[in-house]
Amino acid sequence: MSMEFLLATAIGAMAAVGIYLILLRRTFPVVIGLSFLSYAVNVFLFAMGRLAIDLPPIVSKTAAGYTDPLPQALVLTAIVITFGMTALIVVLSLRSFLETGSDDVTLNTGSEDVASARREEPRL
Amino acid sequence: MSAAMNQSMVLPVAIPAMTAAILVLVSRYGLGIQRLVSVVATASQLLAAIWLYSIASDGETRVYLLGYWPPPFGIVLVLDRLAATMLLLTGVLASCVLGSALGTWDQRGRHFHALFQFQLLGINGAFLTGDIFNLFVFFEVLLIASYGLMLHGGGPRRLKAGFQYVAINLVGSTVFLFAVGTIYAVTGTLNMADLAVKVRQVAAGNEALLAAGALMLLTVFAIKSAMVPLHWWLPPTYGSTSPPAAALFAIMTKVGAYSIIRVYTLIFGAEAGPMAGVALPWIMPVAVLTLVLGTFGVLASRRLADLVAYSVVASMGTLLIAIGLNSAGGLAAALYYAVQSTFTSAGLFLLAGLIVGREDDRPAVVETPAEAQSTGIMMALAALFFLLAIAMVGMPPLAGFIGKLLILDAGRAGGQIGIVWPAVLITSLLLILGFARAGIRIFWVAPERVLDDARPTTRILPIAAIVAMIAAMAALTVFARPVMSDMTSAAQQLLAPQGYIDAVFNSMPRAAAMVTP
Repeated sequence: MSMEFLLATAIGAMAAVGIYLILLRRTFPVVIGLSFLSYAVNVFLFAMGRLAIDLPPIVSKTAAGYTDPLPQALVLTAIVITFGMTALIVVLSLRSFLETGSDDVTLNTGSEDVASARREEPRL
Repeated sequence: MSAAMNQSMVLPVAIPAMTAAILVLVSRYGLGIQRLVSVVATASQLLAAIWLYSIASDGETRVYLLGYWPPPFGIVLVLDRLAATMLLLTGVLASCVLGSALGTWDQRGRHFHALFQFQLLGINGAFLTGDIFNLFVFFEVLLIASYGLMLHGGGPRRLKAGFQYVAINLVGSTVFLFAVGTIYAVTGTLNMADLAVKVRQVAAGNEALLAAGALMLLTVFAIKSAMVPLHWWLPPTYGSTSPPAAALFAIMTKVGAYSIIRVYTLIFGAEAGPMAGVALPWIMPVAVLTLVLGTFGVLASRRLADLVAYSVVASMGTLLIAIGLNSAGGLAAALYYAVQSTFTSAGLFLLAGLIVGREDDRPAVVETPAEAQSTGIMMALAALFFLLAIAMVGMPPLAGFIGKLLILDAGRAGGQIGIVWPAVLITSLLLILGFARAGIRIFWVAPERVLDDARPTTRILPIAAIVAMIAAMAALTVFARPVMSDMTSAAQQLLAPQGYIDAVFNSMPRAAAMVTP
């Protein structure tokens, strides 16, 4: 059981959990699933920098070599962007629940949509 | 002088960035000053786009180094003919859409203008960038702004559709990161020009990994450009959003198409060695399928906004057919068709908003809108619908006909006449049926109920914006020859990526010595 195997399994498991949750029909599991997918992708990006033992990413006079700093910067960017998006989708799902009274993800949930369409607009 | 020209490349990115921040700051002084700032900024972006188009017409690829970091390590903005064309398209579209939103939709919610400018920042940046992770960042900027614009105005239907739109784009962003990570792990670089060089030298053991990364990238761009089977988000989103937002979103699918063109001619193009044409076998069949499903959607739609959204899917299918031909003629036809279909889709979305009378977004109590407006206004809307419908369907004399004709010609020249001609022609016939039926049901059916609720009269600005877009398409028709010669030059520049690579590596003399391409 090497470290690479453990890491790959963890990324795969988190991605699988995320995909399963996204396909559920209520808003909160979808949000949690998106968070799991973002965990998986951030660990994946970090691992793309390859393994360098005991080496710093920042220039220093006493360093024997350096680990790759670029994936670490990519991970930071991705975390910040995903954080903003997650905040947005949480507020959006809450607002949607308060306006419609249900946290069902699907559109066209029945009579209210057909009736409003009939009322509002021309039917083609 | 050339240094000043290079510096001016950053204007389409810098102007909306500063303006959006200023707009948030002045938002407490009322809507009037926000409108003024936004109009000035959008007009100056249009002028900058016209200027950049004129300087890119000499065929030289110009590079702007962000922070003056040397190219393979720093982020670059690259202006070639394709980028300049897309920037000009964005500028014109944004001006028309902003004109249509003033006084009507921009007061339905807060921060419309700031979100509009952020959206333009993301779109302009995506067209200019020469670094693939920077493309991801600009994609995110334009997506987040589009979430805000899409939800503008609120309402239960819009919120539900917005949740789905946000969720699928977050999944798309995740796949983008997986793809970029894979490509970085194999090649060690994120700069597009450097990737073009490194991809040719990929070691035999890493080919499968790189191909996986390339196709994951295609998946992301497929979500953005509504390729089947990733097109399902488009009709609910574009059909539920406010008309100016939907009109601006007409260019977002073109961002996906632009990314496909850029990545798969520059990085994985014909000179990429073992990776050459890695995405090509997928594009043509998927494009035909997209066109067919979009057409069926047009025939099946019960709401006008859904019909227009499915026609956007169908037009993206046509555009991707042209891209999939992978020839200079095909790419030139694709660029021409992209420009005209953007105007057509935007005009149709604005018109759908006017016809349904959703300016105030209240549920109406009239069965058909024939009573809702004065006869004069309805006749004007009917004429505009007729013009836009024939442009979307591809009938003469407007630019849609020339666009489809060019695609058919490129298909014949490329030897794929057996696939392209039946697909385009049969779906055009079905689209004619769909639009004709819609026009009949909206404008010729006698009203069944009388007006119960007083409705506001249609403002002049949205109609002026639609007329401006139809005028732009008429100009595209009349000036088709010079426009097509420009597009052909752009296509030839794309199919010769060495010019792009040399321009990036030579943009800073020290860098050329540090890195051996």
